[in-house]
Amino acid sequence: MNASRTSLIGRSVERKEDYRFITGAGQYTDDISLPQQSYACFVRSPHAHARIRAIETAAAHAAPGVLAIFTGKDFAAIGGLPCGWLITSMDGTPMKEPKHPVIAEDVVRHVGDQVAIVIADSLAEAKAAAALIEVDYDVLPAVVDTATAARNATAIHSVAPDNICYTWAIGDAAAVDAAFAKAAHVTRLSFINNRLIPNAIEPRAANALYARGDDSYTLYVTSQNPHVERLLMTAFVLGLPEHKVRVVAPDVGGGFGSKIYLYAEECALVWASKRVGRPIKWTAERSESFLTDAHGRDHVTTAELALDKDGKFLALRVDTTANMGAYLSTFASCIPTILYATLLAGQYATPQIYCRVQAVFTNTAPVDAYRGAGRPEATYVLERIVELAARELKIDPVELRRRNFIRTFPYATPVALTYDTGDYEATLKRVLEIADVKGFSARKAASAAKGLLRGIGYSCYIEACGIAPSNIAGALGARAGLYEAGEVRVHPTGKVTVFTGSHSHGQGHETTFAQVVAQMLGIGLDDVDIQHGDTAKVLFGVGTYGSRSLAVGGSAIVKAVDKVIAKGKKIAAHLLEAGDSDIEFVNGEFRVVGTDRKKAFAEVAFAAYVPHNYPLDKLEPGLNENAFYDPTNFTFPAGSYVCEAEVDPSTGVVRIDRFAACDDFGNVVNPMIVEGQVHGGLAQGIGQALREGCAYNSDGQLVTGSFTDYAMPRADDLPQFVVETARGTPCTHNPLGVKGCGEAVAIGSPPAVINAIVDALAGLGVRDVAMPATPYRVWQTIQAAKR
Amino acid sequence: MSTVSYHRPASVAEAARLLAGNHDARLLAGGQSMLPSVRLGLLAPTAFIDLAGIPELQRIRADAKAISIGAMATHAAVAESREVQAQIPALAQVASGIGDRQVRNRGTIGGSLANSDPASDYPAAALGLGATIHTNSRALAADEFFKGLFETALKPGEIISAVSLPVPDRAAYVKFLQPASRFALVGVFVAQFGKTVRVAVTGAGACAFRVKALEDALAKNFAPQSCDGVVVAATRLNSDIHGSAEYRAHLIPVLTRRAVLQALG
Repeated sequence: MNASRTSLIGRSVERKEDYRFITGAGQYTDDISLPQQSYACFVRSPHAHARIRAIETAAAHAAPGVLAIFTGKDFAAIGGLPCGWLITSMDGTPMKEPKHPVIAEDVVRHVGDQVAIVIADSLAEAKAAAALIEVDYDVLPAVVDTATAARNATAIHSVAPDNICYTWAIGDAAAVDAAFAKAAHVTRLSFINNRLIPNAIEPRAANALYARGDDSYTLYVTSQNPHVERLLMTAFVLGLPEHKVRVVAPDVGGGFGSKIYLYAEECALVWASKRVGRPIKWTAERSESFLTDAHGRDHVTTAELALDKDGKFLALRVDTTANMGAYLSTFASCIPTILYATLLAGQYATPQIYCRVQAVFTNTAPVDAYRGAGRPEATYVLERIVELAARELKIDPVELRRRNFIRTFPYATPVALTYDTGDYEATLKRVLEIADVKGFSARKAASAAKGLLRGIGYSCYIEACGIAPSNIAGALGARAGLYEAGEVRVHPTGKVTVFTGSHSHGQGHETTFAQVVAQMLGIGLDDVDIQHGDTAKVLFGVGTYGSRSLAVGGSAIVKAVDKVIAKGKKIAAHLLEAGDSDIEFVNGEFRVVGTDRKKAFAEVAFAAYVPHNYPLDKLEPGLNENAFYDPTNFTFPAGSYVCEAEVDPSTGVVRIDRFAACDDFGNVVNPMIVEGQVHGGLAQGIGQALREGCAYNSDGQLVTGSFTDYAMPRADDLPQFVVETARGTPCTHNPLGVKGCGEAVAIGSPPAVINAIVDALAGLGVRDVAMPATPYRVWQTIQAAKR
Repeated sequence: MSTVSYHRPASVAEAARLLAGNHDARLLAGGQSMLPSVRLGLLAPTAFIDLAGIPELQRIRADAKAISIGAMATHAAVAESREVQAQIPALAQVASGIGDRQVRNRGTIGGSLANSDPASDYPAAALGLGATIHTNSRALAADEFFKGLFETALKPGEIISAVSLPVPDRAAYVKFLQPASRFALVGVFVAQFGKTVRVAVTGAGACAFRVKALEDALAKNFAPQSCDGVVVAATRLNSDIHGSAEYRAHLIPVLTRRAVLQALG
């Protein structure tokens, strides 16, 4: 790439999309109302597990404004919601894939499971009619607890009588056993990775329209990946022709993974829109979001780390039970396996790693990817046990990490990944400086003088993102490709519209991607528009998740721009009466090398569309190029975090006093946007560590069903962050050298927080604090240590 | 669909007449608890009698011994009242810490007391200050007002008109936040009147209550260390995912100590 003096790459340009968002001109799904709009309300199960004896809808049918009511019987003939990743158990059998019906047929399996859809002229009428539907339930025992689900006598699905979806493993068990046998020290820890509820600021919503004139459907939906949504819905659920369904994901207010999946509601709406003959809109109420958005995390894990006498890691053994919830969500199966166990090497040259994962069904909402998706859980395992091992061996935790860092690249881990590049010492060294670790002991003494316990905690994380090489993913069970598509459409005036299969729901692609294209073409930022989120505009898309947008989606755009430039050179060569190979493209100009003869980009674009003086015998008119980019490897952002926490032992209150982060994201296009991602990731990571914990009671009722009981982090829970992006080690295998930053910080930060709290309480004999470390829980931990 | 009638009387007497004529009617003060309950389907009144059109209910009046606050005074009005700030700063602090700005601009002291939410702040202040709650028919001491979970001594048809709060020598309120809702997991209001000390607690029980052991200890010596070693029984205290009864019981003397420190500060 040409990096000229005024490079747009690496500049914190203000976000192009912010004018519309700040002025309220964003168009979200719920903002879209269509002629003859009707509204849907879903009747949901109040029980976690029950057989439906009967559904009485007569009174609701007679209610004012009601257009239609459909129940599971109406949907019985169509497909269930598919799972996009096949995991094969250790015994060679495929995972259990019970049908995930769009509307429950005879059994409801979690509170909030949809039982009926009521469609009416107005939302109020739909809700009023829904309240008149009487469902006769035969309540069944609920399976709720992750750890014991496989031993529960109640089966949630007949195809999985022991509630086990799969039992999967990675690594060489015998080699790990052998390493443990000769270990000088073994550190063991059991813990729970707390279940989280996503809570994007915009709840899920959909609006489906059937057009009788051409037998086509349009679905507006809160989706991170509209093409995948369309493919799954048409091919696997509704049996509709893919080309007759247009899916639009307009402005979307946050996803964090929860809007990747194909959900029942939008399938029901599309299906019903033809029967009702009017567009149908549904927007989740927040309480519905709590009950039905796919949740995240929910692991129960035992980990063991074997070390030699010098503190070198010999082997890691991990056993995890992962909760899938009541049904397999779109990518649920790959999260605690492919995206989890493969991360367990972290930044360390641990020679042997074995991980066994049992995935279980429970009568809870489906669990799927949530910012980080498997990788936060893995990082938590590793960074907690490394810190605990340091404490047990009385080795400084920074020193123990250093002794085990991977220092030569590429590095093949024992759990299937090959890191292309990294410099873990660099980010660690820098974070120790910006965190002022040297000043910690003085601050600890100052806290102690106030009766407060101060602790310091570290986390050195890696993550695998830029998901993913399709062939590798396919070999691991993916049922989809994981490339990305891009199109660069140059207009006759030299202005450019870019169509990307990535989807922005807060990430700022309209700015970042435009920076890349404008820089490459030597044109202004305002000369480039980024379009996304509409299957009718964008040729194809795999979507945004797994910190893949710039690394994969951006790379596809770079490839397309390269093609534009290549064609432009041929056009310019003709115009300048030079050979193709004599043309260079520099700062927006096609030049004959070594001369002052040149054509501006816009002149070449104009010639392409007004081809009067043009090599029509050799070259098509027009300047419009597509590209698909399939990465050859994952990308591996990494970084080091330091958290300082102050614990009030009389109340259990934890205050994060300082948090310093130094990340290596490879090359950075817009530092401001990256810093925003770091801040957001820290808020989410600290939220998981201190505040957020989804709780079901033993009947499967969601106790944390609203913000009254589910604690989201707030600004005053957070310190002034000290963050820095390292100069970094650019990714070696994508054209931009970028690694991705969307998930990294939510992955790396929770263990730093808990390590700090454990350090603060270590003097009391505490060796672990469970997440979320709420005041009550920390107080309980202190009381237990005193006993 | 249900229809609800809306009334906006100009006097307490008119409000009482409307209320007497309709048993399913509810008085509407700031609506910050009532309207969410209606939206959630927990309440379905047939009529709202909005007290916002009665000017006398909004007055705040002070003399040397007490402050009288009209039932419809908003939390924001109490927080910003110069009289309250000057004479009972702890009460201004209570009001300024309720909910968020939107809630404080709508919610009222009368509504809060009548609701007797187990985690609301005003009941602790009213009980801690030994307030008198005036209604359209009588005057009730705070000590006999709070009866239980969302339960008060108010009779059907009775309307709070004002709350009279004695001016203490010193007072303070310390609220320990429930992490999600930021209501009081436990809130302690401490007030000293000469040789008498009142310690009122919210959040921990079915309704606000006083803690005699702490009051006695502080009456002997109004100092933080007087709270040390005072054990509050967990029996009948609230227990939920945010804190067991034992945790709440533990917090009461800890927060009382802090309140005393603050009051002395």
